[in-house]
Amino acid sequence: MDVLLDNLDLYGPGFLNTIELFLIAAAGSLVLGTILAMLRVSPVPIFRAAGTLYVTILRNTPLTLVFFFFAFAFPLLKIVDAADFGGSAAAYYFTFALVSLTLYTSAFVCEVVRSGINTVPVGQAEASRALGLTFGQMLGSIVLPQATRAVVPPMMSTMIALLKNTTIAAGFSVFQSGSISLNLSERGENQLIGLLWVALFFIILVIPMTLLQRSLEKRWSIAR
Amino acid sequence: MSASVLFDIPGPKARMRYRLYAAIGIAVLVAGIGFVVYRFAASGQFDAAKWEWLQYKNVQTTLLDALWNTVRAFLVGAVLAMVFGAIFAAGQLSDHKVVRVPAMAVVELFRAVPLVVLIFIFHYGIGLGAPFYSVVAGLTLYNGSVLAEVFRAGVLSLPRGQSEAAYAVGMRKTQVMTLVLLPQAVRAMMPAIISQLVVLLKDSALGFLITYEELLYQARYLGGIFEFGRPLVPITIVVAAIYIAMCLLLTWFANYLEKRNRRSKKVLELEAKPAEDVVAAAV
Amino acid sequence: MRVRTLAVALLAGGLALTACGKEGTPGGSTPAPTQQVATDVKVDGSETFKKIQARGKVVIGVKEDQPGLGYKDPTSGKYSGFDVEIAKLVAAKLGYGDDKIEYKAIASAGREQALINGDVDYYVGTYTINDKRKQQVSFAGPYFTAGQDLLVKKTDNSITGPETLKGKKVCSVTGSTPIQKVKNEGLTEASNIVELQNYSQCVQQLEQGAVDAVTTDDAILKGYAAQQPDVFKVVGKPFSKEPYGIGLAKDDKALRDKVNDILEEAITGGQWESIYNATLGKSGSPATKPVLERY
Repeated sequence: MDVLLDNLDLYGPGFLNTIELFLIAAAGSLVLGTILAMLRVSPVPIFRAAGTLYVTILRNTPLTLVFFFFAFAFPLLKIVDAADFGGSAAAYYFTFALVSLTLYTSAFVCEVVRSGINTVPVGQAEASRALGLTFGQMLGSIVLPQATRAVVPPMMSTMIALLKNTTIAAGFSVFQSGSISLNLSERGENQLIGLLWVALFFIILVIPMTLLQRSLEKRWSIAR
Repeated sequence: MSASVLFDIPGPKARMRYRLYAAIGIAVLVAGIGFVVYRFAASGQFDAAKWEWLQYKNVQTTLLDALWNTVRAFLVGAVLAMVFGAIFAAGQLSDHKVVRVPAMAVVELFRAVPLVVLIFIFHYGIGLGAPFYSVVAGLTLYNGSVLAEVFRAGVLSLPRGQSEAAYAVGMRKTQVMTLVLLPQAVRAMMPAIISQLVVLLKDSALGFLITYEELLYQARYLGGIFEFGRPLVPITIVVAAIYIAMCLLLTWFANYLEKRNRRSKKVLELEAKPAEDVVAAAV
Repeated sequence: MRVRTLAVALLAGGLALTACGKEGTPGGSTPAPTQQVATDVKVDGSETFKKIQARGKVVIGVKEDQPGLGYKDPTSGKYSGFDVEIAKLVAAKLGYGDDKIEYKAIASAGREQALINGDVDYYVGTYTINDKRKQQVSFAGPYFTAGQDLLVKKTDNSITGPETLKGKKVCSVTGSTPIQKVKNEGLTEASNIVELQNYSQCVQQLEQGAVDAVTTDDAILKGYAAQQPDVFKVVGKPFSKEPYGIGLAKDDKALRDKVNDILEEAITGGQWESIYNATLGKSGSPATKPVLERY
């Protein structure tokens, strides 16, 4: 307990930054992933190819490498300048971490959404068209509600993975829970105990998400 | 194109419109890729000097060593994770509460803790010695827990007749599990298992945080060398290509197995495979 | 069938790759002074020296990723730098020439253990002498007095010392002592502190202009400045004291005294200076000779 209380100045901001990274990257990757999924099921071949290419590359590259690219190779593109971040180095690297996490996770979100849409039988859409529903009505009241059932449980897994992946930013100048222990060792604290507190923090966040996922899975599997 | 839920089969007007979209799409894509290539070229990333490092024998052997270190951690981690997964899947399915509850707790625990933190705990907290052990231990426990879930879902998805028949011919509980249920579960869950192994392969890259000399560690090192002009972009491209190739090879192998399985017809048709989606999404 | 074809193709590709390997290094480097190898050296009562004699060669722990200090050339596999030259000098005075030295690259975290286990006979690699470490190992030297300093762009005249860092972005290794010092003393704003995995990443960010200064021991910074003297400079106002020593097994006083004698001779005899000039001196920063602290 002492390790936690004596170093609240590390743990507090560390945990808060983790949650902040997670929430923003989650929102970003849900939006981008859905757009990508739209591309992947679109009737235009080139859109499908672009979506597939993106997903194949991002899914098969270690996240660390994506971080590496954005921290060291991306600045060479000179799209953004370090000065654009109000002169704040923390904001600069935080943005890179967000972009890396969002781009990487969106590839997984895309796959979840796409397989969710694919679980809806074609007959459902055909029937709704036969009833004269518009595209919007068909999507809103027939296809998406059915797809949601198949999407939400695996999406929870993706989001849990994202939460845990935020720790990788430890090596890229973003202070969050993954970097706490690196600072503790300089203070001469017991690393093992320090790390166990970090582990506990994640367990407290993840276990409710897992339980929710399980109960949703169970309820919907009966309903189908 | 196979029929999609969302879109009707296009008529002549729609086809024209799609062609227009396609043209716009290609233009945007080409412009985007072109811009990136141009900017990298403008900053000299494609100059011969920035790629010269790749020609040196010592660099090549270093990279091959690093590749071997990645593969080694993957192989050992994969085997141990499978064993761990099988044991804890059986534990979770046990009839005895004394076994089932701890097994479930362990699996949930290691699924919840980030791999980085696990590896740090082993390396800095407990001090397992060489980084290799910490990497393998972390990979085993995390992926083993996910695999335990996969195996469990696989066993549960088997028709009850399988175990009933096995009991009927006089098998013991252990025999039913090891001879009848697990082998079938593994087959049924092959795609999910392989996609978890892809995750394991990628996660071995985290070893570089504790100076395990795998591919990314060497990439970082070579990329920072001044004599080569700090070839960060070239090395990122090369290493990314190696990772993507390895992962695609694994995925291709998974598809190959699946196809062969389908042909052999020894595998049971399962109605729903919820775990597969779950795992495909669990990074 | 397809699997086999693929395997053969991969193998052939691998062979082709290794077959076209180039030897040597991309840029020529100025050779450091060669040392005369002593003969008939006796170090009475030294366990380590007995081991060295039995083995017929010395095993030296060094760093492999510090340019100008302890650096392994990725193309030739050769070690170079100030620390390595000091290590060579000591080996030569103990009677072992270049061909009888085996280098072992050991990162900071593993240094004490390597000396305790006897994996290396001695360690030369930015090893700061302090009392906590003296409980586990012993030190000869210091052979160099380093201090926390700043590496900046050569054109940058706005940073002249630690007190001018306010509003500047400062980079160092995550959680390291130098960056903790910057934080604790409030030398710059918290949002301007950049923590990466190693110093070469910081130097790369400095070159790109993403940070304004890199901070750590001046010896390490001089190593980078020596690589690109036209791009970087070391500010030269150290604000801490880090005496670098040669790490030895604890309780081997005989060898420690011998190494101290060797160092004393080198510092007064001009060899120390010629080693400095051939390595860290290329950064353009002047050297301050260390004062031995025998114990």
